[in-house]
Amino acid sequence: MHLRNLICIIWMLLVGTTTGLHAALNIEIYGGGGSKIPIALVPFAAEAQLPERVSAVVAADLERSGLFKLVDTFGASPHELDQVNYADWQNRNAAALVIGSISTQPDGRLDVRFRLLDVAKRIQLAGFSSIVTTDQLRALSHRIADVIYETLTGEPGFFSSRIAFVRKQGDQYALQISDYDGLNARSLIEYSEPIISPAWSPDGSRIAYVSFEKKKPVVYVQTLATRERKAVANFKGSNSAPAWSPDGRKLAVVLSQQGGSQIYLINADGSGLQRLSQSSSIDTEPTFSPDGRWIIFTSDRGGSPQIYRMPASGENTGRAERLTFEGDYNVSPRISPDGKMLVYIRRNAGGFNVAVQDMSTRQAQILTDSKFDESPSFSPNNRMILYASEINRRGILSLVSVDGQVKQRLSPDMDNIREPAWGPLPGKR
Amino acid sequence: MKLIFSLFIVLALAACSSTKPVSTTDISDRSDSRSGINGNDGRSSFGMNPLQDPNNILSRRSVYYDFDSYSVANEYRDLVLAHAAYLRDNGSARVLLQGNTDERGSREYNLALGQRRADSVKSIMLLSGARDEQVESVSLGEEKPRALGNDESSWAENRRTDILHQGEY
Repeated sequence: MHLRNLICIIWMLLVGTTTGLHAALNIEIYGGGGSKIPIALVPFAAEAQLPERVSAVVAADLERSGLFKLVDTFGASPHELDQVNYADWQNRNAAALVIGSISTQPDGRLDVRFRLLDVAKRIQLAGFSSIVTTDQLRALSHRIADVIYETLTGEPGFFSSRIAFVRKQGDQYALQISDYDGLNARSLIEYSEPIISPAWSPDGSRIAYVSFEKKKPVVYVQTLATRERKAVANFKGSNSAPAWSPDGRKLAVVLSQQGGSQIYLINADGSGLQRLSQSSSIDTEPTFSPDGRWIIFTSDRGGSPQIYRMPASGENTGRAERLTFEGDYNVSPRISPDGKMLVYIRRNAGGFNVAVQDMSTRQAQILTDSKFDESPSFSPNNRMILYASEINRRGILSLVSVDGQVKQRLSPDMDNIREPAWGPLPGKR
Repeated sequence: MKLIFSLFIVLALAACSSTKPVSTTDISDRSDSRSGINGNDGRSSFGMNPLQDPNNILSRRSVYYDFDSYSVANEYRDLVLAHAAYLRDNGSARVLLQGNTDERGSREYNLALGQRRADSVKSIMLLSGARDEQVESVSLGEEKPRALGNDESSWAENRRTDILHQGEY
């Protein structure tokens, strides 16, 4: 990310490491979404004149995570350390306080400064200064939210991550990349034929997807930086459902070339085809476990579509094991980046909903009550699930926390969005 | 002149067939398809491509399915067998079978279900004399709905395999 190069850290952490600080704040953030961290975000000095209000973007990020409660800042507007009246913020029950300022440099760039303060201990927990252009303000705001989230929860944030989805406008289909909140979207490719199943490479540099431009489904891999694209699976019959191996070298794909829909492994350049699943049923929607040992997939081999897993070396090397037993339609599995949770779509009496399942206890919980949910995927920090939903026949992006406590529609003004996929954190290798 | 004359006959037959009961049409369709197959160039006695001839069963291109089903119902057997015979008798002919589903459920699972529908038509064709290299079965899943509503009649219209001959895809 270019922004990273621009960030010069002028004054940094005054106190130790970030780990364990949430314990210092004495706040329980786990368990049933009970208590949230009360945080006051004072509007940054001079931000009102800018196209993006930094504190508003940060506030929206933190609220969306479900782990923070915003404290009213009415009547107080400190921007520098010596303007902070800690007793006042203690009275407002704020555990943490964020202040900052923005000043315009002679060359037109912006100097953004922010500080995160521990109200009880009256110390600075984190802070930095960064010089950015106006169109980098939004990315910088997400970065500030990440620093706050990481400092106060001890977990990585996800606000700087990106998502991919397909936007349908009239007869046009666009594969788009945006910030995690659906904003700042730009097209990677546009076609008059459908595009489905975008999948991020583990390092976030490439996207595999299925395009129908050849009047049948073909799997492509496209590099984001160069826009170079290549058909990597274009065999006789249908080619679909790409999923990256954790090392980014191989793709699991679904081919019908030998009849039926079966799961194969192929090198990311399209060479070295190898069959993995061995059934006369539908086997599709493969996804790798993060440790690379398993492939989780959908199969109707038991009479109805259910989630299974098999060794990543194929069904010849070990029996497939069924993972879902409740309901007669469980599809679209994804594993959390830490490997602990499974998310999928279950058909319920009323519709198609997002369900999460603990990989060790096999306990499942339905998180949504909408009619047509599809394509769930985890945030890079395992905390949130992005999925496609539908309102008035229009596809929308939605977020739900893994405990089901926080649900949010993203960008309701966007028309007809489907097939979202949450990308990795930037800079991940 | 010949073209105008044959067009006239086709139109007259089309008008005629629409007033007949369905079973009668089926019988005449079958005899038409046989005459088309007998000509090695794949042309009917009217000089018309049997694939386009509305009186020929070969002009019927769609197989419909029940919900969550992919087996070819009896009422579509003759249609699939006629296309298989055409492939058998015209070695250079090729077809693309496109399976489709209604919009409910996972896009990728529906893609696989559409594939099964197209495969079910393909296997009947192969058993009836078509060769494997003549038939490609693919799926469009729920991505190319013909009917756009979200009611049972639209969904039924979209649970379908289409038979496309060379030059049509």
